[in-house]
Amino acid sequence: MLAFLVQRISQAFLVMFVISVIAFAIQDGLGDPLQEMVGMSVSEEEREAIREELGLNDPMVVQYLRFAGNALQGDLGNSYFYSKPTLEVIAEHLPATLELVIGASLIIVFLSVPIGVYAAIRPQAWLSKFFMGVSTVGISIPVFLTAIVLIQLFSIGVTVNWFPSDTGWGQWLNDFFSTEGGLPSYGRGDELTHLFATWESGFFTGTGLMHLILPSVSLASIMLPLFIRLIRAEMMEVLQSDYVRYARAKGLSAGRINFLHALKNTMLPVITVGGVQIGIMVAYTILTETVFQWPGVGLMFLEAITRSDIPLIVAYLMVVGLIFVVTNTLVDLIYGLVNPTVKLTGKKA
Amino acid sequence: MKFHSGNELTTADVKFTFDRLKQSQDFKAIFKPFSGINIIDDYTFELVTSEPYPLLLNTATYIFPFDSEFYSGQTEDGKDKSAILKHGNSFASENLSGTGPYTVTERKQGVRVEFERFDDYWDTESPGNVGKIVLTPIKENNTRVSALLSGGVDFIAPVPPNDLERIRNDKNANLVTMSGTRIILFHMNQERVEAFKNPKVRQAIAYAINQEGIAAKIMKGFATPAAQMSPEGYQGYNESLTPRFDVAKAQELMKEAGYEDGFTITMMAPNNRYVNDDKIAQAVAAMLARINIKVDLKTLPKAQYWPEYDNRAADMMMIGWHADTEDSANFYEFLTFCPDADTGAGQYNAGNYCNPEIDALVQKANVETDLDKRAAMLQEVEQRLYDDAAFVPLHWQDLAWASKKNVNIEPVLNVMNFPYLGDLVVE
Repeated sequence: MLAFLVQRISQAFLVMFVISVIAFAIQDGLGDPLQEMVGMSVSEEEREAIREELGLNDPMVVQYLRFAGNALQGDLGNSYFYSKPTLEVIAEHLPATLELVIGASLIIVFLSVPIGVYAAIRPQAWLSKFFMGVSTVGISIPVFLTAIVLIQLFSIGVTVNWFPSDTGWGQWLNDFFSTEGGLPSYGRGDELTHLFATWESGFFTGTGLMHLILPSVSLASIMLPLFIRLIRAEMMEVLQSDYVRYARAKGLSAGRINFLHALKNTMLPVITVGGVQIGIMVAYTILTETVFQWPGVGLMFLEAITRSDIPLIVAYLMVVGLIFVVTNTLVDLIYGLVNPTVKLTGKKA
Repeated sequence: MKFHSGNELTTADVKFTFDRLKQSQDFKAIFKPFSGINIIDDYTFELVTSEPYPLLLNTATYIFPFDSEFYSGQTEDGKDKSAILKHGNSFASENLSGTGPYTVTERKQGVRVEFERFDDYWDTESPGNVGKIVLTPIKENNTRVSALLSGGVDFIAPVPPNDLERIRNDKNANLVTMSGTRIILFHMNQERVEAFKNPKVRQAIAYAINQEGIAAKIMKGFATPAAQMSPEGYQGYNESLTPRFDVAKAQELMKEAGYEDGFTITMMAPNNRYVNDDKIAQAVAAMLARINIKVDLKTLPKAQYWPEYDNRAADMMMIGWHADTEDSANFYEFLTFCPDADTGAGQYNAGNYCNPEIDALVQKANVETDLDKRAAMLQEVEQRLYDDAAFVPLHWQDLAWASKKNVNIEPVLNVMNFPYLGDLVVE
């Protein structure tokens, strides 16, 4: 266990190092941060003085070594735009992103498991076919389109008059397809509960939860179909295996077979994929957060790019890299718990 | 008149602010004509200029008096409270005491800012009845419009051109548009392209561009076609100059210049700086193809575009300019003056167009205090730049705001795009 952790920590450092080098190497292509800092009519001389002050004129290697030296002491520099340490800026924005990912994950878990299992047990039922069809559509629509459609339907509202409204049935159908709207379409709302440090949570107030609905559903819409299909495929395979047939022959109830014995083995690959996907989801939040003006790290990163806020870009990439390493480590640990035959350090048992 | 801190505003504060502006990297160029300020009594001061300066009042509007008592002295950790920092935090960037109708009660940078009405606001006649304002920056066009249509916010700006119709047709929304003062134009770099030195070629290009078409089709009517830099209302605005789109004439001019077979040039434009900037550039490239000028177009995000602009990296480059002084001379000084690194003249003249006679005329206008004479001079400048086809003007970008029906924004809006929220009335 200890050896495993040591190995992982050294891996994390390597990842951080590579990311920081890449981020530094591309910063020349990210534009001139001075353009965002000063007005158009400021002379070239003044600009040069500020560049000198910021150390932007030093050779790249000198800049990198200075950065790396500070980074080893936990200082990733100051954001140009926020005029604050980058880690502080990220800490302020991270809770919003994590809550969005948690919201989306909850939707995925509570929908994908029952739907996936159902589709595996009754592959011929029309409801299964319906779910599989919808999930194909879901997987092929880009998240920002889903988001815009959701906003139109549930925030602004749509009035339908496809059917003659002077007849009873026509009116009923029109009402059926029309939507009310009213769900918040941007931001996190006014009532956030302060938990600790920089964590302001929207999970404990009505408006906070309302603001979470559309963004979480949009974010979940990319991953949900994948999980439904994964669970269905794995479950169908497990249902064919010998031990399930034995259990059936033994006369165990269908519920016990399906949910206790089969599902447990189905979940192994799902956990592996799921862990990695949560990491990817942090990256996907960039799109979702932009559309919903969700004040998380994704939106912050995108704005940092348009502002050429290089220290913040580098710090964000490193933090996201760290999140990936940590989730992968956690996934491996959980995997070990679910399936005790897996040895973490890779030693021969 | 009281500051939010409770201090009274006097001329001492004006002098404090003036001295600070003279040191600010962003403002010292604008305040260069002023040599000093004399305090006469608590409520009277005198601004001194080194030579007659017609833009005195325009420039004086940049003096937003600072609370000298509040911003003097040192913070707990020994920093000067009045420090001007371009990067990093200063006392002034997080502590506020002004004379405006609102005070900031909460600020999360880039997320939301809350304002509350200041009880001792000096303008007791103000009809404004808004007690609290929450400002939320929403970058994404669609989200901003949706926020208004779904009732999440009361007032949005700017309104993207693609959504103008949608908002105009919405029964709960109120749309206000105005012709703006930011000119969008292309420079033709004479240092990079020999042909651009020939006025006939430049005129041919000016004749080949259909400004009205761009304003109607690409900007959806959300722009005013331009044939000069000064918008209506500026002293230099010359009524007789109108877009001269005429392809046959353009072809003829190319023929006269000896470039009937055309040539190839490079073009660069930003793709996220001005409204529809990349589409405008594509349209201009297509229009130039009709006079046999082949355009190799590259569009870039603004963060990467401006360094390229400073390097004059393409033969034709796009720029939009709004005069800080709300005056025509500012356009010429930055965009058409003979470039001179020492004085900073022509800093954004990516065409390298240089006509010392015109520059001299502008400088003469800059010390002419008879405003009618000055206007005549500046209008002559516009005329000569037009005849010479010094650059390719496209349009002035319009301004648009939208609100809910009960929010009466129209009286508080203006062409500077500084809504006077203090006077805003919500029914």
